Amino acid sequence: MADTTMHALSGPTGPKPKKRLSRGNIIVYGTLLMFSMYYLLPLYVMIVTSLKGMPEIRLGNVFSPPLEVTYEPWVKAWSEACTGINCDGLSRGFWNSVQILVPSVILSIAIASVNGYALSHWKFKGSETFFTILIIGAFIPYQTMLYPIVIMLREGGDFLTWILNEPLEWVGLEGPGRVRIMGSLTGLVLVHTVFGMPILTLLFRNYFTSIPEELFKAARIDGAGFWRIFFQIMLPMALPIFVVAIILQVTGIWNDFLFGVIYTKPETYPMTVQLNNIVNSVQGIKEYNVNMAATLLTGLVPLIIYFASGKLFVRGIAAGAVKG
Amino acid sequence: MTMVTEQPGSGHGAKRPNRIFQNSMAKIASIPMILTALFVFVGGTAWTVLHSFTSSRLLPKLDFVGLAQYERLWGENNDRWWISITNLGVYGLCSMILTLVIGFTLAAMLDRKIRGESVFRTIFLYPFALSFVVTGLAWQWILNPQFGVESVVRSWGWESFNFDPLNNPDIVIFGILIAGIWQGTGLIMCIMLAGLRGIDEDIWKAARVDGIGTVKTYVKIIIPMMRPVFVTSLVLIASGIIKLYDLVVAQTNGGPGISSEVPAKYVINYMFQAQNLGQGFAASTMMLVSVIIILIPWAYLEFGGKKNG
Amino acid sequence: MNIENPSVAIKSLDLNFGAVKVLQDLNLDIAEGEFLVLLGSSGCGKSTLLNCIAGLLEPTDGQIWIKGNNVTWAEPSERGIGMVFQSYALYPQMTVKGNLSFGLKNARVPKVEIEKRVARAAEILQIEPLLDRKPGALSGGQRQRVAIGRALVRDVDVFLFDEPLSNLDAKLRADLRVELKRLHNQLQNTMIYVTHDQVEAMTLADRIAIMKGGKIMQLGTPDEIYNQPQNLYVADFIGSPSMNFFEGRLDAGTFKTDGLDLPMVGYAFAQPKAADGNVTIGIRPEHIITGELVASAPVQANVTIDLVEPMGSDTLVYAQIAGKTCRIRMDGQARVKQGENLAIGFDPARASLFDTASEARL
Repeated sequence: MADTTMHALSGPTGPKPKKRLSRGNIIVYGTLLMFSMYYLLPLYVMIVTSLKGMPEIRLGNVFSPPLEVTYEPWVKAWSEACTGINCDGLSRGFWNSVQILVPSVILSIAIASVNGYALSHWKFKGSETFFTILIIGAFIPYQTMLYPIVIMLREGGDFLTWILNEPLEWVGLEGPGRVRIMGSLTGLVLVHTVFGMPILTLLFRNYFTSIPEELFKAARIDGAGFWRIFFQIMLPMALPIFVVAIILQVTGIWNDFLFGVIYTKPETYPMTVQLNNIVNSVQGIKEYNVNMAATLLTGLVPLIIYFASGKLFVRGIAAGAVKG
Repeated sequence: MTMVTEQPGSGHGAKRPNRIFQNSMAKIASIPMILTALFVFVGGTAWTVLHSFTSSRLLPKLDFVGLAQYERLWGENNDRWWISITNLGVYGLCSMILTLVIGFTLAAMLDRKIRGESVFRTIFLYPFALSFVVTGLAWQWILNPQFGVESVVRSWGWESFNFDPLNNPDIVIFGILIAGIWQGTGLIMCIMLAGLRGIDEDIWKAARVDGIGTVKTYVKIIIPMMRPVFVTSLVLIASGIIKLYDLVVAQTNGGPGISSEVPAKYVINYMFQAQNLGQGFAASTMMLVSVIIILIPWAYLEFGGKKNG
Repeated sequence: MNIENPSVAIKSLDLNFGAVKVLQDLNLDIAEGEFLVLLGSSGCGKSTLLNCIAGLLEPTDGQIWIKGNNVTWAEPSERGIGMVFQSYALYPQMTVKGNLSFGLKNARVPKVEIEKRVARAAEILQIEPLLDRKPGALSGGQRQRVAIGRALVRDVDVFLFDEPLSNLDAKLRADLRVELKRLHNQLQNTMIYVTHDQVEAMTLADRIAIMKGGKIMQLGTPDEIYNQPQNLYVADFIGSPSMNFFEGRLDAGTFKTDGLDLPMVGYAFAQPKAADGNVTIGIRPEHIITGELVASAPVQANVTIDLVEPMGSDTLVYAQIAGKTCRIRMDGQARVKQGENLAIGFDPARASLFDTASEARL
């Protein structure tokens, strides 16, 4: 699908409107402008709200521009807003998200790219079967796998504890003690890697399959093996698809809420979860301007990626759409 | 001329290598995929389905109670579940129709060689970059009756204007729908636009030579040609609908009361808050069944049809 | 033909893709320094065979020997072969020099030696000015030369070509064909060349193996293939425009069909005494004599011209013979018109007779 979506970026094919101010033209531009307002309205409202003081908000009109611009809500959202007992703002969630994001993106893309490469040029008996299961797995609602993963992460942690402590204790040394994967950032990184695998593997497999087989054959005649062909021939050709994969993963992982809420604990909550807790907390008076500043802050990372990456984003989300 | 590459010793290439060690690097590289496919996807799903027939509460245990969890789930007084699936049905149906109609209309208009196409495209698609949490919170604010749309319209002089979806149990799901449509139509528009761009320009020329009007060409020729694109879009929308969770949590948290509950939220509540795992497993198994019901006809259309055509 | 110390020997090679038999009990010996062309239409197994020799595909059964070594299961890089592909298959991110030296680096050839070999290959192929360019900045012909160079630097005994000229336009293809022939004369390597283009096959080959359905239909010199096709398939495949065929009976040394009796005087039968029965005769359009020479031809006839196709270098005439449309190739200067009468002659010694049932040459 990623490739068909590239059509969207070539020239228009529809009929050309005849006159500049024909009736049809007015309808077309009118409709487009109307929808543009619908799409832009929330962004506008969020921005103006976040720049107003609370007294001005209480005067009541979400659409009116701020009479007196204040950056106070942004500062407060970043460093003072409260979730439960913590009052150190969204910055905590931001850095948690960064700590989740970086290893998740690297690990998931590293695994999926090698995997997609193996599935394209080094097929072995059964490789297609596993791949099919993987792709079908992308459609299974996460809810059916959530709890088994909790168990796997817990057991995995216990197993690691045993493996790391037992031999050391046996020789009389003190081991590192209890290792937990469930509830830790490591656990969440693993979950993101697992659930990112179907779509990323598909993405890379399709891309590497599109690289002519003769190139791969030539490299084999030249005496290159699995890894050498991957690193020296395939990787340099695959940079665009890596960018697409990075866009896809950064947006997807940053925006995740479900896994964050289930596989982490309050100290390690990612930004989205913390944002929801700040805005929807029932205690205290609602500070709408701080809430909107916090919401915008959370949306900032994917928005920056969206506006900076342009056409590649379209490819990325079209590929990621399968993930739903 | 001599051979410089490694000289094969006699008999070196004569032996058929062992099957298991052949292509071993590719096999090693595929281990994460195999583990994920087998243990998480197949194993995890099977585990959940199996435990949905047990009375597991705080901890999973293999204490089989037959269909008891399902009976309770579909029980007449389990309002929470009935409201969940009714909401999902209403949201799903409206979302499918509206997303397809809006997505296609916008794509068709963008395809008409208009000015500022890329600006419009950027505007329509940007919400898709945002998370459901951000979407839900933004619309929660816009739709709040005290300062939002309702109060603004009233301040314009239309005193009796009534639009407070997030606090009205009867229409709360439409409040969520407005936000969901806002977030998701851009993607469908993009896919539709790609489909339109994939159509041969000669079709338009032929239609013009035959004197067929623009709208009629779209309805009679273009849309039927784009059937695969519509099918793909439908599958995407449908699989997104079933997963609907974050948006509800952020925008209404299921409220007012339980009037905007959805199945995905029902599952999480029972699994991680109500400490009734068996009930959560049964509900998630029902989600799985509904996905299968959607996927099988699609897979049949997509892959079964290819063999014939 | 038995070849002593063959450069490449294929011994009862089988290859199945599931239930499909792509190569069936194939035997082929290729002599040292020989230019062998594998010719056939798509799907005949010619490229599959080449890939098996290269080690890129595993055979189901049988053996492949190169230079007296059994290499059936050896890695492609260990076989002492170089390969040139249809799509050139140059590594796009490396310069020409990088492309040429990649294989040598993998084989850990010393740097000095790499420099020497790259320089030599570049000189032979006249691509010295291109060494620092990337493949994207080269023309089709230049790319193909680099691809050949990549095989050349490996200093191997056997060159494999997989339709190397098919991606080029007609004029360039003709030029490179001549260059390839010159290269073979200069290097004297064994070359195995896959193509579907019979002109390439006829002009380049020492011997041609015509393949169909995973089997070799005929193996022989271009002359043998053209003049003595061993079966109907080869007869029909080789030659453009293709042979005229007439079905009939062989009766005491005379070919008979409705409205045509052809005494096979001077025809060299494969067996001294061919049995009478249903046969098919094949006559090449260019072997039908027209003009002044008709008078001296053993068999003569008069036909009416149906259609004329002037092609510049020669003229193709269609006429009815024995109730069938028949192609006659005349000189390009022949001034003939539709509807005219044309005197033709033929020498049965140049025909090909096939058993209709077994399709084998008689």
